Amino acid sequence: MGRGPVAALIYGGSGVAALLVTGVAFAFLIQGDSPWHLKIPIGPPGLGASLVLDGLSAVFLLAVGLAGATASVFGWGYGRDGAHKPGHHGPAPARVLPFFPLFLAGMVMVLLAGDAFGFLFGWEVMSVASWLLVLSTHDEPETPRAARLYLVMAAIGSLCLMVSFGLLAGPEAAFSFTAMREQGVGDGLTALAVVLAVLGAGSKAGLVPLHIWLPLAHPAAPSHVSALMSGVMTKVALYGLCRILFDLAGMPDWWWGALLAALGSLTAVAGVLYALLQDDIKRLLAYSTVENVGFICLSLGLALMFKADGKPVIAALAFSAALLHVLNHSLFKTLLFYGAGAVVAATGTRSLETLGGLIHRLPRTAPLLLIGSAAASALPPLNGFASEWLGFQAILNGPQLSLWGLKVGVMVVGVFAALAAALAAACFLRFFGIAFLGRPRSAEAVAAQEVTAPLQLAMVVPALLCVLVGILPGLVLRLLHDAAAIAVGTALPASGSLGWLWLAPVGQAGGLAGNSYSGFFVLLVAGGLALLVFRLIRRHAASGLRRADAWGCGYPPVGPVSQYSGASFAQPLRRVFASGVFQAREQVSMPEPGETGAASHLLRWRDPAWDFVARPVWATVDWLAGRLNHLQFLTIRRYLMLMFATLVTLLAIMAVLA
Amino acid sequence: MTSVLLSVLFQLVQLALVLAVAPLLTGCVRFAKARLLGRSGADPLQPYRTLLRLFRKEAVVAHGTSWLFRAAPYAVFTLIWLAAGLVPTFSTQLVLAPAADLIALVALLGSARFFTILAGMDAGTAFGGIGASREAMIATLAEPAMLMVIFTLAILLQTTSLAGIVETILGQGVGLRISLALGLVSLLMVAIAEAGRIPIDNPSTHLELTMVHEAMVLEYSGRHLALMELAGMLRLLLFMALIACVFCPWGIARAGDGPLVWLLGLVTFFGKMMVAVAALAVFETSIAKMRVFRIGEFLGGALLLGLLASIFLFVSTGFKG
Amino acid sequence: MGEIGYDVAHLLGTSILLVSFALLYQRRLTSLINAFAVQSVLLAAAAAWQGWIQASPHLYLTALIALVLKAVVIPVALHRIIARLGIHRTIERVLGVASTLALAVGLVALSLALVLPLAGEAAALTREDLALALSVVLLALLMMISRRNAIGQVVGFMSLENGLILAAIGVKGMPLVVEMSVAFAVMVAFIIFGVFFFQIRERFDSLDVQYLERFRGEGDR
Repeated sequence: MGRGPVAALIYGGSGVAALLVTGVAFAFLIQGDSPWHLKIPIGPPGLGASLVLDGLSAVFLLAVGLAGATASVFGWGYGRDGAHKPGHHGPAPARVLPFFPLFLAGMVMVLLAGDAFGFLFGWEVMSVASWLLVLSTHDEPETPRAARLYLVMAAIGSLCLMVSFGLLAGPEAAFSFTAMREQGVGDGLTALAVVLAVLGAGSKAGLVPLHIWLPLAHPAAPSHVSALMSGVMTKVALYGLCRILFDLAGMPDWWWGALLAALGSLTAVAGVLYALLQDDIKRLLAYSTVENVGFICLSLGLALMFKADGKPVIAALAFSAALLHVLNHSLFKTLLFYGAGAVVAATGTRSLETLGGLIHRLPRTAPLLLIGSAAASALPPLNGFASEWLGFQAILNGPQLSLWGLKVGVMVVGVFAALAAALAAACFLRFFGIAFLGRPRSAEAVAAQEVTAPLQLAMVVPALLCVLVGILPGLVLRLLHDAAAIAVGTALPASGSLGWLWLAPVGQAGGLAGNSYSGFFVLLVAGGLALLVFRLIRRHAASGLRRADAWGCGYPPVGPVSQYSGASFAQPLRRVFASGVFQAREQVSMPEPGETGAASHLLRWRDPAWDFVARPVWATVDWLAGRLNHLQFLTIRRYLMLMFATLVTLLAIMAVLA
Repeated sequence: MTSVLLSVLFQLVQLALVLAVAPLLTGCVRFAKARLLGRSGADPLQPYRTLLRLFRKEAVVAHGTSWLFRAAPYAVFTLIWLAAGLVPTFSTQLVLAPAADLIALVALLGSARFFTILAGMDAGTAFGGIGASREAMIATLAEPAMLMVIFTLAILLQTTSLAGIVETILGQGVGLRISLALGLVSLLMVAIAEAGRIPIDNPSTHLELTMVHEAMVLEYSGRHLALMELAGMLRLLLFMALIACVFCPWGIARAGDGPLVWLLGLVTFFGKMMVAVAALAVFETSIAKMRVFRIGEFLGGALLLGLLASIFLFVSTGFKG
Repeated sequence: MGEIGYDVAHLLGTSILLVSFALLYQRRLTSLINAFAVQSVLLAAAAAWQGWIQASPHLYLTALIALVLKAVVIPVALHRIIARLGIHRTIERVLGVASTLALAVGLVALSLALVLPLAGEAAALTREDLALALSVVLLALLMMISRRNAIGQVVGFMSLENGLILAAIGVKGMPLVVEMSVAFAVMVAFIIFGVFFFQIRERFDSLDVQYLERFRGEGDR
């Protein structure tokens, strides 16, 4: 590509900076310090700006830093790798390189901001940089549409957040978080601010039905950027949600939690159902992000309800589950996106129906992706299960809420969480099974070659961390103490007498007690038993192994097309779950006996979010744009008149207010 | 110290016990079914012989399968064995009890299924795919249904630990509750689905298009098949033991009981298993297998029953809100 | 009121609600009617049990009426109608089974959330009986709107009445008159619907009420 040294410099610099950020966040969390404040001289006049690092932002910073470091490695290796592959063009480096560090910096800025101004500034940098990164693949057919939709949704989201902060700042214009926290602005305004925050941050995080842009925009970017967008940018949005709802807005009402839990449940199940219907692997992963954001929001909603109900210990349990899942999801989702990037680099295609048998061609990537898929499916002893387990424990405390409606409601939330977890497993079975197992379905899949070492390294790190966090979640939970203390007023009590190898939330009087789980021991015992079985069979059973044609009930092998495809794997699930909501319909036309024409199978489904949310929004925006269009063709006198009218109106408002 | 040693000992005995009894249980079910159908039936000990024969045979592996295909039987068997070792059969004093509660038990079974499905897809045959996709559909409904039953139990008994559940039921009693009845029905439906029994799946079918579990292990032979079969038998035992231990825990020895109670626990365990075998055999011979796309309704019903069970908890006296 | 008295009443009440679910699930007219008969038997048992623990003998009469009329006479009559008319035995429904059942669970949750906190002062049994009865009534209404078939709607109506009686027997000192009148109302409704069946059948050769709508001119709009 001819830009080797520049790319190395930029990615190397970003990687080192990200590692530094990780280190700072980690050190801060380990020490459990009081927040670090830093005044910076720039900013809006009279307000200044400040940076604050506290327990809550440090947790998110940890996720951003780690993902940023691995993404830098992957991005560097991806650029080099792409150059060698004929027929596969990555985006031009000039369209990626300048914006990648900017994107990272924007996210860090949001997390470190100590006032609304810094927060919104970082938010805009993050949005615009990621938008430009999405546009870097502008020559692909779907990108322009994705980018346009993203821009509109990001603008609406920013607007909501801006108004939300404005409301919270109150008449005193207290834009620093410390001041905002100390003053109350009255119930009505706070309620409005909360709803706007859910809309603004929720649209960025991908809450259904505001998620429509996400599965288009995330996959359109280069894979390491997709990993960042899906793995951590959604988390930065959730950080905004946590900051406003748990910290700045004061004591919550019960309905905040109910709203968030309801949206989260819907998002979790809908996200994974969408994922099951996808053919594009990167889009599948993006929808799975929607699902995980749903699970996190559901736990956050529970935490809010318990906090409002005066049960801070259980609130801490739910909140810790949410934060642990934030970390876990950022780990396995970056891993999975790198894996998808590796598949794209190796085959040049993203369609499940053209993959298959990659476990033979990508012998190192495959086991790493297997770990990622298993973690995303919440299988023990990996990390996804640890946070899911904690979430379920929080749900089980639901009957302690005092409102009857919420008691019953939490049970329904439990069904949704369980359904989402089970569907996620099916979704990742489909992802891994169709792409990596079986026989290759296309020439590209046959010709695939293992990716280079940097790409593998970028996958090994999160994979190892997935296992590590899975077996020792207790250690990670300790890092979350400060965050829980900030958000709900108390930290999750230490795991009793059992020590750090255990997850054992201790409920308060009358709560659940004695529940425990230890990924470490599960892994240890399962490993020991497996070894025992293996040794016994080695010693006592026949050891012969012969290769032969597949049996397949005696039917002669008829090429790879006779395999189950991604669409056929999902067919039973589609019939059960998607025929109602998504109106999934299939049409099969078989040629008459004797004819030689091909049979065809047509699958159609509709997205209700598009029908009921996106189209109306789109129509409104179009209408507005059409109206504003006229403004471009006015005479100078008219323009002056407009400006004059604006000035007078503003003056009049000032006069009335004063 | 002695109690720790004892719980380690009991854990080992339990692991050995479930492994030793599982084939017998399957043999008994087959025998009872054959008798009910008017056939003389094979010896209940026949599964042991079948397994031995399979272990002694050379394994044939399809071209184009990966290491995952050969590793899966070990993973599946170990995970199910571990899960079966967690369900108290004759004593609640198990050293692994705190390491994995009921939710983790469901997840362990889920992991085993994960590897079974992947193994089914590895050979790249049509039948493996059929089995895999159907099993995935069954699992997505059965797993939440089972979790809802667990939620109900956990809220009622204030614990998700199996040992804790048994201790509470034996200690304080829970009284007559509709939630438990609903939970039992839901769990029975889930167990039928998860263990691959009629009317969801037919363990003895060799008609290609009706297979679910059999289709996934179609390519296995020799020791690999033996492990998969044994895992299937263990899973049947696990669900029988689970239902017995939650809904009929009487007889299970608790911490501090003496050797006589342990023995009693063993005897009652065998008694319960034989009752379960008889019930399963009668049930399976009296109904027909259902169409694949009715399974969604069946398990959806189980899920709703589980949800109802947990909602009905709120309409009972013992519940303190 | 002892513990066992409460437990059994609770068990019977929830069983009646469960049969309501079964009613929603049934696909065939005959099994629908049988399920209704089972519900009536359970209702009779619940009434008798309440009569015993409240020591109010008039509830035995209620139980007897429920048993004789709703568990025997009406189901037998409905079976006869089906046999005589030779109508289709499967039920056409407006909604799918899954969505109907999910909706039903939602309705139960709703009625629990409504009644349980409201009647906090009353005795636990009355409160829960009320919640269960409300659920039965709501499910019966759901059944009436989710079935196209006239017999399905009749059964739904009578199941609704079962729910009302369940509420009535739970409250101490409810006079028999009320139940008698309710029972008579059902009888009247039954006769009216019986006449209806023959009318629809004679004119349109089906019991689908859609045909009536077209006749009224609503179908064309």
